[in-house]
Amino acid sequence: MLSIKNLHASVENKQILKGLNLEVKAGEVHAIMGPNGSGKSTLASVLAGRDSYEVTDGEVMLDGKDLLSLAPEDRAREGIFLAFQYPVEIPGVSNINFLKTAVNEIRAHKGLPPMEAKAFLKMVKEKQQLVDFDAKLTNRSLNEGFSGGEKKRNEIFQLAMLEPRLAILDETDSGLDIDALRIVAKGVNELRSSENAFVMITHYQRLLEYIVPDYVHVLYDGRIVRSGTKDLALELEEKGYDWLKESVDAPNAI
Amino acid sequence: MNTEKDILEELATEEYKYGFTTDIEMDIAPKGLSEDIIRFISKKRQEPEWLLEWRLKGYRQFITMSIPNWQNFKHPEVDFQDMSYFAAPKKKPTLNSMDEVDPDLIETFKKLGIPLDEQKVLAGVVAVDAVFDSVSVKTTFQKKLKEKGVIFGPLSEAVKSHPDLVKKYLGSVVPATDNFYAALNAAVFTDGSFVYIPPGVECPMELSTYFRINAANTGQFERTLIIADKGSYVSYLEGCTAPQRDENQMHAAVVELIALDDAEIKYSTVQNWFPGDKDGNGGIYNFVTKRGLCKGHHSKISWTQVETGSAITWKYPGVLLKGDYSVGEFYSVALTKNHQIADTGTKMIHMGKHTRSKIISKGISAGVSQNSYRGLVKITRHAEQVRNFTQCDSLLIGDRCGAHTFPYIESKNDSATLEHEATTSKIGEDQIFYLNQRGIDSEKAVGLIVNGYAKEVLNQLPMEFAVEAQKLLAISLEGSVG
Repeated sequence: MLSIKNLHASVENKQILKGLNLEVKAGEVHAIMGPNGSGKSTLASVLAGRDSYEVTDGEVMLDGKDLLSLAPEDRAREGIFLAFQYPVEIPGVSNINFLKTAVNEIRAHKGLPPMEAKAFLKMVKEKQQLVDFDAKLTNRSLNEGFSGGEKKRNEIFQLAMLEPRLAILDETDSGLDIDALRIVAKGVNELRSSENAFVMITHYQRLLEYIVPDYVHVLYDGRIVRSGTKDLALELEEKGYDWLKESVDAPNAI
Repeated sequence: MNTEKDILEELATEEYKYGFTTDIEMDIAPKGLSEDIIRFISKKRQEPEWLLEWRLKGYRQFITMSIPNWQNFKHPEVDFQDMSYFAAPKKKPTLNSMDEVDPDLIETFKKLGIPLDEQKVLAGVVAVDAVFDSVSVKTTFQKKLKEKGVIFGPLSEAVKSHPDLVKKYLGSVVPATDNFYAALNAAVFTDGSFVYIPPGVECPMELSTYFRINAANTGQFERTLIIADKGSYVSYLEGCTAPQRDENQMHAAVVELIALDDAEIKYSTVQNWFPGDKDGNGGIYNFVTKRGLCKGHHSKISWTQVETGSAITWKYPGVLLKGDYSVGEFYSVALTKNHQIADTGTKMIHMGKHTRSKIISKGISAGVSQNSYRGLVKITRHAEQVRNFTQCDSLLIGDRCGAHTFPYIESKNDSATLEHEATTSKIGEDQIFYLNQRGIDSEKAVGLIVNGYAKEVLNQLPMEFAVEAQKLLAISLEGSVG
C-alpha cells in the first residue's frame, strides 16, 4: 500500500531524513520509534505534505500513485490521514460542520455524491460510539477549549469518520493519562481492518501494549536502523537508544 | 399593476443575459449640482412644495460644508459637478431589468445558488422593494402587508400617500446638518424605502430592499425611513449590487430608524457593491449615514451588517438611546481584500436611564486592503446605570493588509459599566494545513475559518440571509489565499 524508497527531506536546508525506506501493506500496523530529533515527526509531515518540508530525493507511492506530486488535500482524499501531535483549534467552526465538509470532499474525489444529512448523522452517531467520543464535543467548535486528551480523542474520531487507507498517528499517546490512552487505543483497534494500515510514531513502548504492532522500526539520524517485532520495543525500553546509536555510529567513527 | 403570480412567473422564468448593455431608455439629469438640478429632480418626481423646500435647505447646507478629513484613508477626489444626480428608466421597468448584470456578478449569483432576491420572493417569506438606480421599481406582497396595516414601499409614494408621517420623521434622526454626505443626500435623495409598522403589530414577514446602481456616471442617493410604532416589531434587510465599471460611483445613502415605546427594529445589511478590480480600479464609494433613534422606553434597535463590497466603505450605523431602558446593538463583519478600504463602526449615544448597548465588530483584511473599526460610546450626564459591551476583533490574511481600531468612549456619568475587548489574529498556516489534511482545499479552508470567526455576527441575520452571507464571505475571499 505504502512504499517509501530512499526518502531524503530537509527543513530550512537542514537534512533530516537521509534515505528512509519503509514498506507498509494493507492490514498492518507499524510502529516507528526513535530518540528525539531522529526525524519521526518529519516523516509524518512529509507524508502529509506540509509546506515547509522539502523532499530532496527518493519516492513515496501510495497504492501505486506518486504521493509526493499531490497537494496535501489530494493526499488526504487519496486516503492519507495524519493524527496530529498538536491538533489546532479553529474557533467558530463546529466540529460537525467541519467533518461534513471533509467527508463530502473525500466522497467527491471518489465520484460519490454528498452524504445526505440523515445518513451523515447516523454515521456520526455510530462512530462516536465506536471510538467512545463524547457527543457534546461533536457540536462544539473544532478543538476550541478542548483538553489535550479531548483533542487527541477528536483525532481518532475524525479518523473513524474519514476511513482513510493509511493513518499516521504522530505521538498520539503523548500527554494522555492511562484512561485516555486506553480509550484511544481501543478506538484504533476497533478501526483496524484488512483494508487499512497504521503507522504509529511514538517515544514510548507503553502505547504498544495497547495497540500491538506487527512491526517496530527504530529511526535514527534520518534512517531506519533496526526493524523487528514488538519485542524490539521491549528491548529499547530496557536498554534505551544508546546501544543502538553506538552500533550505528561506529562504522562511521574512523 | 402586476399580480403576485405574474411577478413570480416573471422571476421564475427570467434568465441572465451575458454582456453588458442597457437597453432601457433612461431619463438622466444633466451632470452637476445646483438649485436648478434639485428643482428638476423634485419636479420629475412630482413632489410637493414642502419637500422641494426641504431639499433646497439641504443643498444650502451642503454648499457651506467641506469634505470631512478625519477618516483613516485618503478621501478620493470627487467632482460633485461631474456626476448625474438622477437616473430613471423612462418606462417603469419590471424586475426584468435587473438581469443586465455583468458576467462576474452572474458568476457570483450562480455560486450563491439562485439569485438571492428571487429565491426569497419565490419562497414567499420576504417582501421586496427593488430600487433600480434612482427609482423604486417594484414592491411585492403589498396586499398581505396591508392587511396588517403595514406600509412598505417607495419613499416617493409615501410622500404622497402618507405625507404627515414622512413630514414628521424625515430628517428627524439624520438632519441635513449632520454631515457633508447627509446634507448632499437631503438635497438630491432619489428613492428608497418607507416602512411604517402600526402599534402592536409584528410585521408578518421580513421586509427587504434590493438596491442596484445600473447607469453609468450616476450616484445613488437613496433614503430609507422606518418607523416602528409602539409595541411593534420589524425585521428589515437591504441587499446591494452594482455592475462592474472602470470609474468610481458614489453611493451616499441615509437610513433613519425610529422605534417608539416597546418597539423593536432589526436592520440587516448584506452589502456587496462592486469593490473595484484587483488593481483597485473602479468600485463604489459607499458613504452612508445610518442611525436609529430609540425614542420610546424599552425600545430596541439592532444593526447587523455584512460588508464585503465597495471600494471604500465609510459608515457608522448608530443608535441614539433616548428612551429609558432602551437597547442598541451593532453586529458587523467587514471584509476587505485587494485595494478595498473599510472605515466602519458604530455610535452608541446613551441619553436614557438604564440603556444598554452591545457592539460586536469583526474585521477581516486580505490583500493590501485597510480595515478600520471606529466606534463611539457616549454616556450623557443624566444617563444613569448605562451598560455597554464592546468587542472588536481583527483577522488578517497575509502580511500586506492593515487592521486598525479606534474606539472612543466619552462618559459623563459615573454609574456606567463599560467593557471593551479587542483581539487581532492571523489565519494560521497550521489551521489551513490541518483542514488540507482532512481533504479540504485552501480556499474552502479559509472560507470555513472566516465563517467561524464571523459566526457571532452571522447568527444575528435572518436565517435565509445568514446562509447567503456565509457563501458571500467564502466567495469574496477566493483568490486571496496562497
